[in-house]
Amino acid sequence: MLKNETFEPVIIGFTCNWCSYRAADLAGTARVKYSPNVRLIRLMCSGRLDPTFVMKALAGGADGVLITGCHPGECHYLEQNYKALRRYLLLRRTLGGLGLEPQRLKLIWASAAEGVRLAHEIDRFVEEVRALGPLHWPQWNGRSAELAEPEKAEVTA
Amino acid sequence: MSTNGSKPKFAMYWAASCGGCEIAVLNIGEKILDVDANFDVVFWPVAMDAKYKDVEAMEDGSITLCLFNGGIRNDENEHVARLLRRKSKILVAFGSCATEGCIPGLANLSRPQEVLDTAFSTISTDNPQGVRPIFDYAAPEGHIHIPVFQPRVRTLDQVVPVDYFMPGCPPESHQIAAVVDLVIQALHGQAELPPPGATLGAGPSTCCDECPRQRNVKAIKQFVRIQDLETIDPTLCLLEQGIPCNGPATRSGCGALCPKAGAQCIGCYGPAEGVVDYGARLITAFASVIDATDPAEIERILDGIPDPAGQFYRFNLARSLLRAGKSAWSPR
Repeated sequence: MLKNETFEPVIIGFTCNWCSYRAADLAGTARVKYSPNVRLIRLMCSGRLDPTFVMKALAGGADGVLITGCHPGECHYLEQNYKALRRYLLLRRTLGGLGLEPQRLKLIWASAAEGVRLAHEIDRFVEEVRALGPLHWPQWNGRSAELAEPEKAEVTA
Repeated sequence: MSTNGSKPKFAMYWAASCGGCEIAVLNIGEKILDVDANFDVVFWPVAMDAKYKDVEAMEDGSITLCLFNGGIRNDENEHVARLLRRKSKILVAFGSCATEGCIPGLANLSRPQEVLDTAFSTISTDNPQGVRPIFDYAAPEGHIHIPVFQPRVRTLDQVVPVDYFMPGCPPESHQIAAVVDLVIQALHGQAELPPPGATLGAGPSTCCDECPRQRNVKAIKQFVRIQDLETIDPTLCLLEQGIPCNGPATRSGCGALCPKAGAQCIGCYGPAEGVVDYGARLITAFASVIDATDPAEIERILDGIPDPAGQFYRFNLARSLLRAGKSAWSPR
């Protein structure tokens, strides 16, 4: 696939109910345009983000994952966004160890008033992932015996 | 070995594994006599001479209990997995390799070609002529076929349907004995087997729940390798001492052997009940107990875990959500 021309990145974005989700909402009501590549999922808090969600998104075909939360010190649940920050930093290292580009994961702080900024950051992330190219994780077909596409080729010694 | 045909039949097989599971079975002590008294051992390559064609000649479903250890690494592993599935009533994915890939599953971090290069062409290998396996070879004496190396290590249940799972590297002998007892009782109608898909010989909870070490609020300022410590507090939680202990995500069942002995849990009993992705659960656990809010400080603390992929997926990579590293499948 040609990068930048026909490739539209699929990005899963996790938003916090109290800030970034409202920021996205604000961007919407203010008619601020941002890339349609990101699919936002609302959580109650960025601290609710289980790294399993990120793994599942990537394994399920996402090219990038966006995590958004309240600015440091402004968490609705006191300090859960710091937890999200630590998970994010550890996740990036782990993804790097698994051979993925850590830049496919991004953390953005956005308050409920920052609709324009969030839209701008989303646009930027979409372009960053576009530049990385598709991830296209093989679909291992769960528990069935089928091999994923790249595995059908035999290994030669 | 008894050859009394009226007894239920027992089989055990090893695929991509080390043989430790077989030792663990023999390690059940005199219980092994119960196995012999209640079962007719029809196939067990480590313990007795038997050929694949003998198994092929058996009626489908005629083996009552088959303990299958080892992951699926090559064509032979896959062939025997399918064969034993067909012939067995109860197929148990036995041990970490069969249930989650275990150490052989770490090969899923590398391109298959690199695995072969490491095996045949590194400096520690005495192979001056650069001999490589040829999977199909027409020799004058006849056609030779050796099992083809597959691109990825798979767990048993990624290849055939599995009735039960027994985690552990290897499963603890007292747990094996209990499972053998259960199956024997079930055969005599004195007990009921759990629903298919259940995990046998382990608890639902985590290693921490079996660990006698004292637990307080965890606030970690640095991670350290256990061998770099001069002293370890014998009663305090290892994770609280900054030792990356995998207990919080690991299934109970071993009795917290390693932490009791002063070593961190490395996660051989696999994910606890309800955990989808073992590594992700551990990332949550570790990230939650780091006592820092400044990104630079967090990064410094995380430097104490030099190989996060190995730390979090040592046993579980082949059954993790991603199944493999990107380098293992992605074209260059």
